[in-house]
Amino acid sequence: MAKTNKSEPLFHIAKRSDMTLKKAILVRVIAIFAALVVCAIITMITTGLNPFTVYGSMAKGAFGTARKSWITVQDTSILLLIALALTPAFKMKFWNIGGEGQVLIGALATSAVMLKLSPYLPNPALIAVMFVAAILAGGIWGVLPALFKAKWNTNETLFTLMMNYIATQLVAFYIIVWEYPKGAGKVGIINAKTELGWLPRLGSSMGGKYLLTIIIAVITTIAMFAYLYYSKHGYEICVVGESENTARYVGINVGKVIIRTMFISGAICGLTGFILVAGIHQTITTSLVGGQGFTAVMVSWLAKFNPIIMIFASLLIVFLKKGAGEVATSCGLNESFSEILTGIIIFFIIGCEFFIRYKIVINKKTMKGGNK
Amino acid sequence: MANTTPAVQMKNISKHFGRVIANSNVNLELYRGEILALLGENGSGKTTLMNMLCGLYFPDEGEILIDGKPATIASPKDSFSYGIGMVHQHFKLIDVLSAAENIVLGLDEKLDIKKSSAKIKEICDKYGFDVDPAQKIYDMSVSQKQTVEIVKVLYRGADILILDEPTAVLTPQETEKLFAVLRKMKEDNKAIIIITHKMHEVESLSDRVAVLRKGKYIGDMRTADTNAAEMTDMMVGRKVVLNIIRPEPVNPQPRILVNGLTVKSEDGITKLNNVSFTIRSGEILGIAGISGCGQKELLEAIAGLQVVESGSIEYVDDKGKREQLLGKDPKQIRDMGVSLSFVPEDRLGMGLVANMDLADNMMLRSYENGRGPFTDRKAPKKLAQSVVKDLEVVTPGINTPVRSLSGGNVQKILVGREIASAPKVLLTAYAVRGLDINASYTIYDLINEQKKAGVAVVYVGEDLDVLMELSDRILVLCGGEVSGVLDGRTADRNEVGLLMTKVGGNSDGKN
Repeated sequence: MAKTNKSEPLFHIAKRSDMTLKKAILVRVIAIFAALVVCAIITMITTGLNPFTVYGSMAKGAFGTARKSWITVQDTSILLLIALALTPAFKMKFWNIGGEGQVLIGALATSAVMLKLSPYLPNPALIAVMFVAAILAGGIWGVLPALFKAKWNTNETLFTLMMNYIATQLVAFYIIVWEYPKGAGKVGIINAKTELGWLPRLGSSMGGKYLLTIIIAVITTIAMFAYLYYSKHGYEICVVGESENTARYVGINVGKVIIRTMFISGAICGLTGFILVAGIHQTITTSLVGGQGFTAVMVSWLAKFNPIIMIFASLLIVFLKKGAGEVATSCGLNESFSEILTGIIIFFIIGCEFFIRYKIVINKKTMKGGNK
Repeated sequence: MANTTPAVQMKNISKHFGRVIANSNVNLELYRGEILALLGENGSGKTTLMNMLCGLYFPDEGEILIDGKPATIASPKDSFSYGIGMVHQHFKLIDVLSAAENIVLGLDEKLDIKKSSAKIKEICDKYGFDVDPAQKIYDMSVSQKQTVEIVKVLYRGADILILDEPTAVLTPQETEKLFAVLRKMKEDNKAIIIITHKMHEVESLSDRVAVLRKGKYIGDMRTADTNAAEMTDMMVGRKVVLNIIRPEPVNPQPRILVNGLTVKSEDGITKLNNVSFTIRSGEILGIAGISGCGQKELLEAIAGLQVVESGSIEYVDDKGKREQLLGKDPKQIRDMGVSLSFVPEDRLGMGLVANMDLADNMMLRSYENGRGPFTDRKAPKKLAQSVVKDLEVVTPGINTPVRSLSGGNVQKILVGREIASAPKVLLTAYAVRGLDINASYTIYDLINEQKKAGVAVVYVGEDLDVLMELSDRILVLCGGEVSGVLDGRTADRNEVGLLMTKVGGNSDGKN
C-alpha cells in the first residue's frame, strides 16, 4: 500500500448545532455584504466603473419609479406563486421541475377558453370557466407524472422535465392555429376590442392594474402556509416525504398522497398561467413563463420550503434580475455582466449555509508524522 | 503475552460534536495478546472512540500511540497502515461480488483473484474460518458474512482488531465458533477490542474490561477480578438490579389465530412457509430465530404491511368474535376497531419520522382524529410531555427532532406512543436492539406491564437469554418455518439454539 501522508490535517470540519437564529441571520447578512464587496472589486477591475454607480442603477432598475416598483412586486408575485406551487411536491421529495410546463398549459387552457367561448358566455362566467380550465389543465399536467410514479415508480424528475417540452410544443402548435392576423406567427392581444375575459383592474389608480395578482399571491401564500404546517394533508405530505415506510406503517396511502399533492402543485401552476394570460399579457407565447418555472425551484429551496420566507427569496431574485437589466442599459454594459453579478450574490447566499451548519476547527498543534 | 509496550495507547482523547461531548480525556491501553471488552451505555462514546482509531473521526485533543510511537490517523487508509482493522456492526459488503472480490476490494495491489484466494485460504486455515472465496455474498448467512468481514481486515494485515457488537446477529452456536476464533487470534499475539452489551460474553471471552460512561473513562480491570453486577454498576454509575420478572399470565385467551401463513418476497423467495400459531392475551410470546428467518415478515404480515400469498390471520375480540385481518392495511385494521400496536425493527425508518419533533411523531397514529382539515396539535403535545415524563426520556424538549436523541430515548418515544393507545395486541421487533442495560430494563418493564394489563404481546428479540427469561411461550422459526413451540419456563438454551438452525427438533407441541 502506498505510504499515506501522516501529517496532521490543518483543519477539520465539524457539525454545529448551537447556532442561534440571531447569529444565523447575521451570517446571512455578512454573506450578502461580502458578495457586494466581491462584486464591487470585479466591477472595478473589469469595467473601471464605480461600483456604487452600478449598485445605484440596480436599485433604480427595480424601484426607480412607481411603475417600476409595481411591476417588481407583480413579477415577485408571479415567481412566488410558482415557487409556492412546487413546494408541497418538494416537501414530499417529489422533484417537480415541470413548473414551466404546468404554467404554460394553464395559460394555453385559459387562452383557448378566452378565444373560443367569449362569444357565447357573459364575461363573469367566461372568466370562471377560464379559471377552472386553467386549474384543471395544470392539475392534469401535474397528475400525469404522479400517476406513473405511484403505479410504476417512474422517475418524476425526467417525467416532469419532458412534460415541459410537450407543453411548449403544444403552445407553439396552437399559436399557429390561432395566429392573428394571418401570417403574423403570433396570437396577438386576445379580445383586444371587447376586453372579454380580461381580469378587472382594481381601482382607478396606477396600482390597480397590478393589485389583483398581488392579492392572489398573498392569499395563496397564507393558504399554503396553513396547508403545509397545520392541515392533515400537510402532515401526510411531510411523512411521505421523510419516509414512505413510516407512511405505510401508519396506513397512509402513499400513492394517493402523491397524486393529490401533484394535482395541487399543478393546479397552482395552472392558476399562475391563468393570471399571466388573463391578468397581465392577454396573449400567449411560448416564452410566456420565461424560465420562471425553473427559477422557482431555486426560490423554494432558498426559502427552505417555508412560504413566508419565499416572499423574500422571490423578491431578491426579481430585484437582481430587474437590476441586472437596468445595469446593462444605463451603464452600457453587456447583460451577461449583470448576470455574473447575480451569480456571485446567489453563490454567497447559498454558500453561507455551510457556515451555519458547520464550523471549521483549526488544529492548534502540529504533530510530527508517526512511523511504524 | 506480557508485553510492556501497549499496542495502542490513547492519551487524553477528547472529541466534541457541537455542544455534545462524545469523549472527554479518555485514556485507553490495549496490549498484544489480549482481548479487551469495551463497555458502556448507549451514548457513552464507545463507537466515537473506536472511529478515531480507524480513521473516521479525528480527535479534537489528545494523542494516539501505536507500539509506543505517536501516530496520526486522519483517514481509514492511515489506520490500515498501522495494522488497525474494524469489523462494523453493519456489514460493508457488496452482495453481488464473491467473498474474495469483496476482500480485495479497494486494495492497491494488482487484481489476481487466484493469488488472493490462496492467501484467503491460508488465513482461514490458520484460524479455522470456513469461507469459500468464490461464494457470492448474497448466498451467505449472516455469520458467513461476518466471517468475510473478519477475513477482510486480516487480509489487509491487521493485527489490532476492533469488533463492534459482533454477536448481535449470531446464534449461540455461531457465537461460540466466533469466540474460538478470537481466542486463537489472541494466542497469535493479536490485540482485540470487542464492544458488546452482553455480560456473559464479556465474562467468557475477555481478559480485561474498560468502562466508559458519558464520554469519560471510568476505569479498567481484569475480567477475572470482577463480575457482571460490578461492571453494570460502573457503566450506569449506580446500583442496578439485573432481574427480569416474569409474572404468571392471567387468564390467557386466544387473541390472534395465524393459520397456514405463507409469504414470498418480491423476487419470489419464500419467507414464511405454512406458519400457524396462536397469540394469547395476557401472555408474552417470544419469537426466536436467526436474522432472516422470517420474523420480520411475520410481524409485518400481522400488522398489515406485508403482502401475503396464502393463509389467514384472524383477530378474536373479547366476545370471541373472529375477524380476518389479512388483506387490510394498518388504517383499515384501525378502522375495524382493532387496537394493534407495532414497534418495528427499523425505528427511525418506519416507526418514527427522524426529522420530525417528538410531538409530531406522537401524531403519527392520531393525526386523523377530529373533524375538519386541520390537525389537533394539543393532544399529541400532551402525550409527548407525558411520555417524556413517565419514561424519563432525556431530551432538550418536545420540539427536538427525534433523530438527535440517543437510541434508547428514541425507543422510549416509539414504545411510549405505541402503548399510549391502550392496545389489545402489541408486536415488538428487536425492542432493545442497541439499547444499553438501563434502557433495556425500562423496556422490559413496560412490556411486562402491558402483559399484566391483558395485552397479547409478541416479542422478537436477538438476545436469547432475555427472550427466554421474558417469554411465557417461545415460538422458534427456522428458514420461514415453525421449528418448535416451547414453554418459556422450561425451555433449554441449547435446544432453542438447535431449533433456530434446523427444523424438526423436539417440540413439546404446546400450541
